Amino acid sequence: MTPRDYLQLALFLGILALASPPLGRYIHRVLEGGRTWLHPLLGPVERLIYAAAGVDPTRDHTWQRYAACVLGFTLAGFCLTFGVLMFQDVLPLNPQGFPAPSWDLALNTAVSFVTNTNWQAYGGEATMSHLSQMVALTYQNFVSAAVGIAVCMAVVRGVARAEAQGLGNFWTDLVRANLYVLLPLCVVGALALVSQGMVQTFAASFTALTPEGATQTIAVGPVASQVIIKMLGTNGGGFFNANGAHPFENPTAVSNFIQMLAIFLLPSALVFTLGTAVRRPRHAWTVWGVMAGVFLAGALLIAHFEYRGTPAMAQAVAAGSPATSVAAPGVTSPPAPASMPASTPSSVPNMEGKEVRFGIFSSALFATITTDASCGAVNAMHDSLTPIGGLVALVNMQLGEIIFGGVGSGLYGMVLFIILTVFLAGLMVGRTPDYLGKRIEGREVTWSVAALLLPAMPLLGFTALSAVGWGPEALANAGAHGFSELLYAYTSASQNNGSAFGGLTVNSPAFNLTTAAAMLIGRFGVMLPMLVVAGSLAARRPRPITDASFPVEGGTFALLLTSVIIIVGALTYLPALSLGPIVEHLQMLEGLLF
Amino acid sequence: MIALARQSLVVTLLLAAVLCGAYPVLVTGAAQALMPHKANGSPVVPRGGVADGRVTGSDLIGQTFTGAGYFHGRPSAAGDDGYDASASSGSNLGPTSRALAESMQARATALRAENPDWKAPLPPDMVTASASGLDPHISPDGARMQVARVAAARGLPMEKVTELVDAHVEGPQLGLFGEPRVNVLRLNLALDALAGGRAEGN
Repeated sequence: MTPRDYLQLALFLGILALASPPLGRYIHRVLEGGRTWLHPLLGPVERLIYAAAGVDPTRDHTWQRYAACVLGFTLAGFCLTFGVLMFQDVLPLNPQGFPAPSWDLALNTAVSFVTNTNWQAYGGEATMSHLSQMVALTYQNFVSAAVGIAVCMAVVRGVARAEAQGLGNFWTDLVRANLYVLLPLCVVGALALVSQGMVQTFAASFTALTPEGATQTIAVGPVASQVIIKMLGTNGGGFFNANGAHPFENPTAVSNFIQMLAIFLLPSALVFTLGTAVRRPRHAWTVWGVMAGVFLAGALLIAHFEYRGTPAMAQAVAAGSPATSVAAPGVTSPPAPASMPASTPSSVPNMEGKEVRFGIFSSALFATITTDASCGAVNAMHDSLTPIGGLVALVNMQLGEIIFGGVGSGLYGMVLFIILTVFLAGLMVGRTPDYLGKRIEGREVTWSVAALLLPAMPLLGFTALSAVGWGPEALANAGAHGFSELLYAYTSASQNNGSAFGGLTVNSPAFNLTTAAAMLIGRFGVMLPMLVVAGSLAARRPRPITDASFPVEGGTFALLLTSVIIIVGALTYLPALSLGPIVEHLQMLEGLLF
Repeated sequence: MIALARQSLVVTLLLAAVLCGAYPVLVTGAAQALMPHKANGSPVVPRGGVADGRVTGSDLIGQTFTGAGYFHGRPSAAGDDGYDASASSGSNLGPTSRALAESMQARATALRAENPDWKAPLPPDMVTASASGLDPHISPDGARMQVARVAAARGLPMEKVTELVDAHVEGPQLGLFGEPRVNVLRLNLALDALAGGRAEGN
């Protein structure tokens, strides 16, 4: 890594640390009904929505009612998205005249966007009409993130409230998260991205006559407005097939930096929303520090191995140079730069599937961020990462998308791990576990473990079944890497990430239906149990926090929490990882090819 | 149950109107008013103006160059012939892929044959396919290794072409973000301007 790389990393974490606490407090305030400078403009819209829908914004929902609203709203959104996709051929705003996708692709895509996964079994610019992109998909980018924020807020209230029946009002949480949090950030962010060269037009394409006389058709579209919410909402679904690697979807290294910040911004801020609600900023900083630590380790690992590249690359770049072949005599040539060794270099940056304007580090950092958060946008092709680079991306997702994680889902997933940590620590020292004065009992632990195990089942189950069933014929790569492609697909789906080892051909009924099932289990198999836990915690009477209470801030707790996250993730998935990236790394070092 | 259904449907439709109607229209309007060139894809207008509605390309989108008198871009996996700007894609070949190793070797052999004067190891970006298949850039070394060939094909002195390449090297943005790079289309258009007309090399 170069000094510039370290500087970019430090700047990234610095900006995130500065921006998150005030934004977290702002989110807490608006979701609890506080006024902002946006209210004169958007307040009437908010009230209109409540009036038209018959919502009483003062009503408090029990966890059951809250969950029912989440499911009802999600179902309505699913119908909208599925309907628009199935009829995009006859609906307006289809300048390229695309046909409707197959029913299983439309189903998969609707589930994918509803669950904040944005797994894409299609190539955007060659499949989706502008209407599908703008209504079916961008709509879900907003509301699936807002649902995450709402449920997160409900869980936060569960922790913060005392002897309460309710967790807040789902409809006001949802509408306020959209209008006062996501929308203003998106307008500002989209224009910042256009200033870097991102396109934003309702035209479909333009034609160029190149200097060599060839014709090039260049696809464009309303990209910036969709890309900013795909990042802020940790959605990840690209406008173009190449996602954030496409020059129109990520024109410069600065737009890349903005997008990376946008991915982590809300998950990071929500940690401080929790801190504000429970009035314990040090607890928030401890949790944030754990997230930042695991993130840093991943970023440095991926960067290291991508800079080292592969033996096949080293051979290729050295091929034909003086050390490996004899140069024709008498040819005058400029001397090779002194800094370049003439023999086979020991490490060659892995530029396969990466863009020159980003280089190794901005690609490695992006890959870490997009898999830590459940974003899934990519600016480099993960299928072409080195084995250890791919391993880190897989592990980041398998930890449960809680290292900042998805918008909202990252924090309520982290609360799950906090509860487990407090419980395990309580067992170790033989004391009744409590979290911020709330006693942790069998009900909380049972449902937390359910939320932990549910995503693992489709992840490991479908990976295994596909490997002996519908998987092999869809692979782009042979050997251990082929297995990694399947493992990555079901990890990404089950953890609601959405990135892919893109070589795998996933637009088939078998893949579309199984990944859709995995996405639903991964989303609601965590969300609903956490609402149960929140409802249970809200009803508890808190005990006063004394010196004898288990501290949930400071170094000891950070270490315990990190250990629980790593151990639980490692024990669950290590066997599968051994068959994929770990074996492949050893094979690569032996020079084996498949 | 009925109340829940009504709430779900009405909130869905009204939020869709704001987020999918008002929002993209507002952003498109603002972008088109404030930054029309960028919002429309940074098109490159040929000298002498746009003929029959066709521009030369986009500053941001790579093109195929094959003539000896032009600088060549990176290998591309977009579309069947590469640089298909309506089918962006990487190769998605993995680190132990035989197909990738063989194509890197084949590219290396071709690059050595086309640029026999370059003795150093090849720049890695020139033997690998980009992520989008539309990478508009090559590394500064990726341009320098082609100078001798381009100069010979155009009958230009080496120093002149080297100067042109150096003038087209862009550093990291704000001195910090991204990597040094050369925009291939911009460089080739500057070459054509230098030669005072159409390319001689292709």
